[in-house]
Amino acid sequence: MKLVMENLAVDRGERRIFSGVNVTVQAGTALVVTGPNGAGKSTLLKTIAGFLRPTDGIIRLEGAQEETSLREHCHYLAHDNALKPSLSVRENLSFWQSYLGAGPASIDGIEAALERIGLLHTIDLPAGFLSAGQKRRIAIARLLVSRRTIWLVDEPTAALDAASEKGFAAMALEHVDSGGILVAATHQELGLKNAMRLDMAAHAGGVSDKAAL
Amino acid sequence: MWALFIRELRLASRVGGGALTGLLFYLAVVTVIPFGVGPDLKLLARIGPAVLWIGALLAGLLGLERLFQQDREDGSLVVLLTGQYPLALVVLVKCLAHWLATGLPLVIATPVFGLFMNMSADGIGAVVATLLVGTPAITFIGAVGAAVTVTLARGGLLIAILILPLIIPVLIFGVTAAYGAVEDPAPFLPPFLILCAITLFFSVLGPLAAAFAISQSAE
Repeated sequence: MKLVMENLAVDRGERRIFSGVNVTVQAGTALVVTGPNGAGKSTLLKTIAGFLRPTDGIIRLEGAQEETSLREHCHYLAHDNALKPSLSVRENLSFWQSYLGAGPASIDGIEAALERIGLLHTIDLPAGFLSAGQKRRIAIARLLVSRRTIWLVDEPTAALDAASEKGFAAMALEHVDSGGILVAATHQELGLKNAMRLDMAAHAGGVSDKAAL
Repeated sequence: MWALFIRELRLASRVGGGALTGLLFYLAVVTVIPFGVGPDLKLLARIGPAVLWIGALLAGLLGLERLFQQDREDGSLVVLLTGQYPLALVVLVKCLAHWLATGLPLVIATPVFGLFMNMSADGIGAVVATLLVGTPAITFIGAVGAAVTVTLARGGLLIAILILPLIIPVLIFGVTAAYGAVEDPAPFLPPFLILCAITLFFSVLGPLAAAFAISQSAE
């Protein structure tokens, strides 16, 4: 399986965010997207997830089952944690597990995922009671309870302490080693070995077709 | 999909879920009318169906902004988009759960409120029946308004104004059918069936239109 982006360009309004992105991410590879604020890192992730339509170029997933869309292979972890404060941690995670689909084979249970991130003791607490860093770790646990090939993570380690940051890097590495694809927009070094790099600053601007009209 | 349905019901029933807000508003509307109109029992009985319908309709409009707004604010909406289900189906399930949590209590409370209005048993039964088939239409139409205004903070009032023209027929046929059951020459069945048709029509069109609006605003 591989994720292919060819000559990708995205406009928001009349402004061209980036253009000419050519990347192929093989299964078992991580792509670290870097660049200054506003360079289009989040926009690239949203485009891969299919929330934004590219103005030019194509994105496709090669080697996946025919009638599934790219979106169904993606885990999307943005700045928001997608947790409901009034539901318990278990309710939050079990909802996402059944909604997103547990995925094929050897899936971790909710308890195992929480144990992995060291928050098993919070399982019956309402998510609203947790600190910002703990909520972030629960959001990361969502990636573990449902198995999907592509992880699209946007500043995944924001609000995390050093130990949890390392924990996430280990999880990401494990995901990649088991044949997954990781696309991470980040300022921090995640400590991923052999990761490909994409500097959005190199693809900034370009001329928007709409602006030219 | 079942998981989504259960989650929506849980959210509505927890603290801050707002399942009772509509019901309390309905109660407020129906209880102040007799004080405003005065103790004319005949008049109250005559305007009863209309008052109940207007109260239920306004109460139904109240909770609509919660339908997608909160999911957008906490980032759940985009994650819902990555599911394997078509978005229109997601919207339909959310609407059904929303109606069950906020619309059905209005219908269930109506017999009690009907007594406040000095209505006959037939009249109360007719209002309950028409609300039962009519209030889902309010939710389905409201879903479109909620989806269009999802990117706006506090778009609640805007939703009400946007969907009001589409809600008016629901109100007209609901009240007409309710009067048809108590006043002799007026028929009950034809307006009641038209009300059913409106609900069925919007149960298809509403989720499709709302899904389209959400996919356009998902960024």
